[in-house]
Amino acid sequence: MNKYILILIALWSIMANAQDIPERPNPPRLLNDYAGLLSAQQTQQLENHLANFARETSTQIAILLVNDFGGTSREDFAFKVGEKWGIGQKGKNNGIVVVIKPRIGNSRGEAFIATGYGLEGAVPDAVANRIIDHEMIPYFKQNDYYSGIAAATNRLMALTRGEYTADDYLDQTGNGGGIGFVGIIFFFIIVSFIMKAAGGRRRNSLGGSSLPFWLLMSMMGSSSNRSHSGSFGNFSSGGGSFGGGGFGGFGGGSFGGGGAGGSW
Amino acid sequence: MVEKSEMVDASWAQVENVYQRRADLIPNLVNTVKGYAAHEQETLTGVIEARSKATSVNINADNLNEATLAQFQQAQDGLTSALSKLMVVMERYPDLKANQNFMDLQAQLEGTENRIAVERKKFNDATRDYNAYIKKFPRVIYASWFDFEKKPYFQAEAGSEKAPKVEF
Repeated sequence: MNKYILILIALWSIMANAQDIPERPNPPRLLNDYAGLLSAQQTQQLENHLANFARETSTQIAILLVNDFGGTSREDFAFKVGEKWGIGQKGKNNGIVVVIKPRIGNSRGEAFIATGYGLEGAVPDAVANRIIDHEMIPYFKQNDYYSGIAAATNRLMALTRGEYTADDYLDQTGNGGGIGFVGIIFFFIIVSFIMKAAGGRRRNSLGGSSLPFWLLMSMMGSSSNRSHSGSFGNFSSGGGSFGGGGFGGFGGGSFGGGGAGGSW
Repeated sequence: MVEKSEMVDASWAQVENVYQRRADLIPNLVNTVKGYAAHEQETLTGVIEARSKATSVNINADNLNEATLAQFQQAQDGLTSALSKLMVVMERYPDLKANQNFMDLQAQLEGTENRIAVERKKFNDATRDYNAYIKKFPRVIYASWFDFEKKPYFQAEAGSEKAPKVEF
């Protein structure tokens, strides 16, 4: 009898380990779609965009799409991934982890943006919260993960670049009681406007969005090694030589619990 | 040994930092809530009292021991429970919950609680590393000659190992 219990315990502990935090991807990738929510082309476009940004600014934004959070809460999962993979540069701690779990059956969809120590000023918690509420969830509710991720990453990039400050963004998305309501209405008007302008086109091309920005980015990255598209083998994994469009590797950044989450 | 001890002190400073950050958020939170839920005076007073109790307990890293850490933790846990009581009360005020200012504060408070959890864990990790280091032979012999004593850990809050039960 005891033997069976021991075997059970052993099995259980193996299973518990199996659903732990995912290993650092090799070759390193910034966009990790474990849940299979994006097409190969969308993945490639986002990866190029994120890798280019990481090369320009050294700020690393890693995105994980998962079916579950490894038995822990969304924030705990995000911080652990950030620490384990070492997202951001050591010393600067300029990493961001975005984790997204789709709505499956009755369980709600969840998302969390975790900011490294060094970005807590550029992306305060309240701002991370609004990015989730205003940029991601409206798209995610319609199962358009690509557009939600694209909108959120653009926002995060602009904030960490310092193009506009967190206060600007708060003002823009409404601050204070009355303005908040007007802001929300304003936001919906803009969203519906954008949807109208871009929606028709996006619906036609299921495989990949035809936003000109992405096209431009992917064309810029394609100068050297994109002639045979989609081969991950070309990406250098050791860091040091950044020839083509690859992501060099994680830098050892650290996370202190900054960020915010939301569900839909 | 000195480095590892310094690591513990540094992570203790971080712990105090994030707790201070939480305390700093409270006046703003209380003011926002007051406008919507004036007759929740009792809960609000509870939060303010717990805050002043929590901020009155400051421990220098040099006199960090089991007793002082327990005292610190008790004061902070008092504030934690006062705050969670407040958050439960807030559920009754849809106007407040829709207030953008309140939503921001709530996000900040959640973020601060996350930071507290992270920094406590890092403190415990640094302490474990240090304690294990000074207890190993041969260091265990001379560590105490130079006042390298065992350092205390944060304890999990009583009852936090059990998931809260939700009843409908």
